[in-house]
Amino acid sequence: MSRLSASDVLVDRAATRWTCGQSAGLLLLLAVALLALVGPIAIDIDPARQHLARFLEAPSLAQPLGYDQLGRSMLARLAHGTRLSLSLALVSVLSAAVPGFVIGLLAAWCGGWTERVLAALADAVLALPGLLLVLLLAALAPGGFWPLYVGISLALWVEYFRVVRAACRVLLASPQVEASRLLGFEPAYIIRRHVLPALLPRLLTLMRFGLAGAVLAMSALGFVGVGLQPPTPELGVMMIELLPYYREAPWLVGAPVLVLFMTLLGLLLLSPQKEAA
Amino acid sequence: MDLNRLLSAATRRRLLLALGQRLLQAALVALLVGTLCFFMTRLLPGDMAYRIAAGRYGYDMVTTEAALAVRAELGLDRPWFMALSEWWGRLLHLDLGTSQVTALPVLVEIAHQLGPTLRLSLLAMALSLAIGPTAGVLAGLHPGGWLDRATLAVSVVLRALPSFLLGLLLVLLFSVQLGALPAAGHGDHGGILLPALTLALGLAAVSCRVTRDAMVQVRRSEYFSFALTKGLTSSQALARHGLRNVAVPVVSYLGVQLVMLVEGVVLVETIFAWPGIGHALVHAIFGRDVPMIQGTALVLGLMFVLFNALVDAACAFLDPRGRA
Repeated sequence: MSRLSASDVLVDRAATRWTCGQSAGLLLLLAVALLALVGPIAIDIDPARQHLARFLEAPSLAQPLGYDQLGRSMLARLAHGTRLSLSLALVSVLSAAVPGFVIGLLAAWCGGWTERVLAALADAVLALPGLLLVLLLAALAPGGFWPLYVGISLALWVEYFRVVRAACRVLLASPQVEASRLLGFEPAYIIRRHVLPALLPRLLTLMRFGLAGAVLAMSALGFVGVGLQPPTPELGVMMIELLPYYREAPWLVGAPVLVLFMTLLGLLLLSPQKEAA
Repeated sequence: MDLNRLLSAATRRRLLLALGQRLLQAALVALLVGTLCFFMTRLLPGDMAYRIAAGRYGYDMVTTEAALAVRAELGLDRPWFMALSEWWGRLLHLDLGTSQVTALPVLVEIAHQLGPTLRLSLLAMALSLAIGPTAGVLAGLHPGGWLDRATLAVSVVLRALPSFLLGLLLVLLFSVQLGALPAAGHGDHGGILLPALTLALGLAAVSCRVTRDAMVQVRRSEYFSFALTKGLTSSQALARHGLRNVAVPVVSYLGVQLVMLVEGVVLVETIFAWPGIGHALVHAIFGRDVPMIQGTALVLGLMFVLFNALVDAACAFLDPRGRA
């Protein structure tokens, strides 16, 4: 991300207005979240249960998305796949954001060689494009969930580190923080009162991009066959499995594509226009 | 005159510093990829000596004696840190080993794949630079106009569309419906166009907005209104004062886009069966071919570093202020 200037960090962002693009993004995300949260409970069908006689059966009232090429309920698989994607994305973004924030703060607070070592660590991770790192980790333990999670978090934490470090350098040298320090307030108070509020909008933006990146990486690896493996209901895996049937049953391959598109579009639209541009 | 020489020396020093950092990055790439691949060999299931013996003599001919001989020969009985340092040593000598699938040296395989990958990524870059910044400049000339809003909508949709889906849509449109271009592969005439277009549209969707914002800023700037005040037509002012200043953020942003390009090359080559390095990497992962995984990941990483160094140089060339 770009360098931050003092005014960028210190100015209150309350003036940003809620736009209609953002409401659309929120609606899209709510729809996807509803599918992921309520879907698996409300549908209550095992996504692995097969009715072989009904393979590629067209949508009906009972099964709004019909059955897939192996006679499994498409709606159940879609709901479970969406839940899997979103939960992986949330977990890996959180486990990138929290250490990234802490380490970035530590680097700015301590300065000196601590900061230099931590910055070198971040540069080491950034030396490779993120997806390449995830791919290499996925090759360590093929088909597993853990390498995906570790790889995505490892690739994502650097952004938080860099943004938090750059912003905190300015913030910690600002008059109000100095005054707080001189008045004898503890670090915990300064962080809660001065650092967190100033950084929150920026962190939320990073989280939205991180969520999109995580969902994207998982489905892309599933799609080319080096992510999670076929019986798992995962969006990318479902797309590549159902692609050969796009003439007979276009709704089958369309469903995971639409969910992925809605998720990414929602996250993109949710960002204030200035950052989305 | 003196000042000029001084400035160019400073620019040169800055360039050298940037190149030194890129060299360091290249070393880090090699270290990271090499270490990960070393642990990949250790974490694969089964006994390594038996696995290699099976690879050499065939699965039917593996005996305990053969495995023990392999173990002694390759030093597989030594502790992992000694093996790791030896692995690094081989990497330092550019000894990448032989592919376990084709039995050809990894360097030979990569020499075959590098050309298609470079051609694809350069064409994609060129196409994206032809589409994105052009649309961005046109949109930025009339902020809020119909073209501005249209490019914004297209760019948002394209950015929400992952490259593998975009590629699929292009195949459905151009190959299946129109029958104009081959859907995949390398040999056919025009086979490079669809994968390159897939990559280029994804890149252009972002660079278009970056250019548009830069263009709006340039139009608001004092030097641009002065150029108009002194009597230049708006196209003259744009050509003489605008474009170079618009180019600075666009070229700097290329550095960010290189990540997208290298990641995209891996996915797009795989989908279009384009016989490049990304395709080889994914297939090496399928085949658990660790020397090939190492070689291809290394070359992709180094390609990323090289492109970054080129962007550094372009920034220094475009912007003499040293802000880059």
